[in-house]
Amino acid sequence: MSSVLPERRPTDWASPAMQSRIAARYRAERNFRRLGAAALVIAASFLAFLLFTIVRDGWSGFLRTEAKVEVTFTPATLGVDPAAVSGPDGKAVLARADYLALMNEAAKGLGPASGTLSDAAWLGLRDQLLADPALLGKRVTLWVPVRSTIDLLAKGKFDLAAPADSRGVSDREVAAWRWLEQQGRLRTGFNSAFLGNADSTEPELAGIGGAALGSLFTLFITIIIAFPLGVLSAVWLEEYAPKGRLADLIELSINNLAAVPSIIFGLLGLAFFLNIAGLPRSSPLVGGITLALMIMPVIVIAARVAIKAVPPSIRDAALGIGASPIQVVFQHVLPLALPGIMTGTIIGIARALGETAPLLLIGMRAFVTDVPQGLTAPATVLPMQVFLWSDDVQRGFVEKTSAAILVLLVILIAMNSLAIHLRNRFERRW
Amino acid sequence: MNQNPAIGHNSVPKMTARNVNVFYGQKQAIKDVSIDVTSEHVTAFIGPSGCGKSTFLRCLNRMNDTVDGARVEGRIELDAQDIYAPAMDVVQLRARVGMVFQKPNPFPKSIYENVAYGPRIHGLARAKADMDNIVESALRRAGLWDEVKDRLGESGTAMSGGQQQRLCIARAIAVDPEVILMDEPCSALDPIATARIEELIDELRGRYAIVIVTHNMQQAARVSQKTAFFHLGTLVEYDDTSAIFTNPKATRTKDYITGRYG
Ligand SMILES: Nc1ncnc2c1ncn2[C@@H]1O[C@H](COP(=O)(O)OP(=O)(O)OP(=O)(O)O)[C@@H](O)[C@H]1O
Ligand SMILES: [Mg+2]
Repeated sequence: MSSVLPERRPTDWASPAMQSRIAARYRAERNFRRLGAAALVIAASFLAFLLFTIVRDGWSGFLRTEAKVEVTFTPATLGVDPAAVSGPDGKAVLARADYLALMNEAAKGLGPASGTLSDAAWLGLRDQLLADPALLGKRVTLWVPVRSTIDLLAKGKFDLAAPADSRGVSDREVAAWRWLEQQGRLRTGFNSAFLGNADSTEPELAGIGGAALGSLFTLFITIIIAFPLGVLSAVWLEEYAPKGRLADLIELSINNLAAVPSIIFGLLGLAFFLNIAGLPRSSPLVGGITLALMIMPVIVIAARVAIKAVPPSIRDAALGIGASPIQVVFQHVLPLALPGIMTGTIIGIARALGETAPLLLIGMRAFVTDVPQGLTAPATVLPMQVFLWSDDVQRGFVEKTSAAILVLLVILIAMNSLAIHLRNRFERRW
Repeated sequence: MNQNPAIGHNSVPKMTARNVNVFYGQKQAIKDVSIDVTSEHVTAFIGPSGCGKSTFLRCLNRMNDTVDGARVEGRIELDAQDIYAPAMDVVQLRARVGMVFQKPNPFPKSIYENVAYGPRIHGLARAKADMDNIVESALRRAGLWDEVKDRLGESGTAMSGGQQQRLCIARAIAVDPEVILMDEPCSALDPIATARIEELIDELRGRYAIVIVTHNMQQAARVSQKTAFFHLGTLVEYDDTSAIFTNPKATRTKDYITGRYG
């Protein structure tokens, strides 16, 4: 066969042409490695910059400044009758007392800084007295939160060298803060209100507790709807659906659905759940259903991949000793596919947790000052809270915004780590 | 070669196939095969690769039902009952006609669970003690008991290939089948493990009807009493193993067993 072909000369592997080809190959290899490393460095530095600015602006959001005041629980100011307090309904009487008046009275003792206490400072007085009714008529020293401006002054957030009209804080406030400092009446501590409270018009009272609980309720609804529906759809598609045009069409639709902009799901939620089904606006229930629709395709796709990855030999083994199709699915295929399904689900949920667009349309943008009481009560969610605060003109919300982003990031990182952990822990090799 | 190659037996056949055709979509993989399988013999299916041995074997417990586009025509009976009749329960059929696959495929569960799974889903054991008995006797019959009796809780996938294959045999016999189908059960094993399985098949003979697909002529000669030679989807010759190997009637059989092709 090769008789017509000219005789091949033996390859000279040491020739200069060969050598330069080898050198070129090494060069290409080196350059490619450098390029890859450079890309990674650029990406990592963007991320580091983002994290740095958020942490720099946000860490002080977890702290708040308190002022020391002396309070006398005078029954007359409180508007309570000491006899009634020692009576059977004592607690109820104390709970209804006029602490605001008492607070104003106590604030007078602060002299030039009398206007620096937070509007909600009286809550501290009430808690104190309710905890110990014997304090009635006595004088105590208390630490209560100050207004946001004083808080920011204490944290050094204002440039005091700037001219008065551009630094965002008045001379009177600066003077009040200086006086408090000199008197040793200021301290900065952990801001438990930030984690526990709901939103507020006052930055020093605003917290992410309400939004966090709203997120929790919403994700609860999302999970209990999207997980079973997604997994069952995937099982049906993989195990029962007749292969053919219909299956291809469904597959195409699901893949497209996973790529649909999330705001479209918000429109659907608005049109269907609010306007037709009449479910309560702004509620975690509607938000959860809407997000469930959004992440279901993600779960279906992840579950199908995981189910496909279960080797057919396991199916054959089970079928071969007379397991029914449903036993094969629930006793063999699903347990083996579960880590993959869980990973996909957690990633889907993490996406739902960070979502705002669809929730805007179903009214979860609401300003909610109460921690949500249930699945149908008005609520907002963490990313929405970030959005609302970032929109607020008050200076005190800047650090709150970054602090809320930090909380959101920590939760997201925790969820993704869990997904990775599950994948590594239960990953099997056959 | 016009006569029906199915061989009549003196005894009642356990399984009979008559004029079986199998199609994968348009493609015909089995052409008009008729054969009887008895309980007292081990039957070997031999033939070149792609001739349809696995396809035909999988018809006998309807594993082809799970293959998309596979279609089976003709009549296959187990104890004179049509296994493709609508009244036949596939799950029970597969319990009665067990299968051991080419590649050992234990469940990724404990050794005990691997064997106990079948009896459990078919409700064969009432109490834990019953199940323990079933598991022990199945492992004993599969010649595995002494090797694993102290580590029944370990994963079935953590054993050697030969042990895994014997575990799969134990799993199949734990549901007390009447027929055991084996599709090249030793092709993934070394000669020592192969010898163990062959011994085992010999011990199981008579108790179960055994059908074994093999590419190994010596193995067919060693373990089987009946041999069926398939070629291009047809059953060319079916006879006593000794007759097939010493005195094949068809030239195609002779060419194959003497290694002329395949
Ligand atoms: N799922 C399938 N879909 C389509 N064609 C198939 C399928 N399975 C087997 N075939 C075809 O059917 C014919 C018989 O295959 P089969 O697996 O039964 O052969 P075999 O005799 O077992 O071969 P081997 O000895 O290599 O295992 C082959 O031509 C094969 O290509
Ligand atoms: Mg085969």
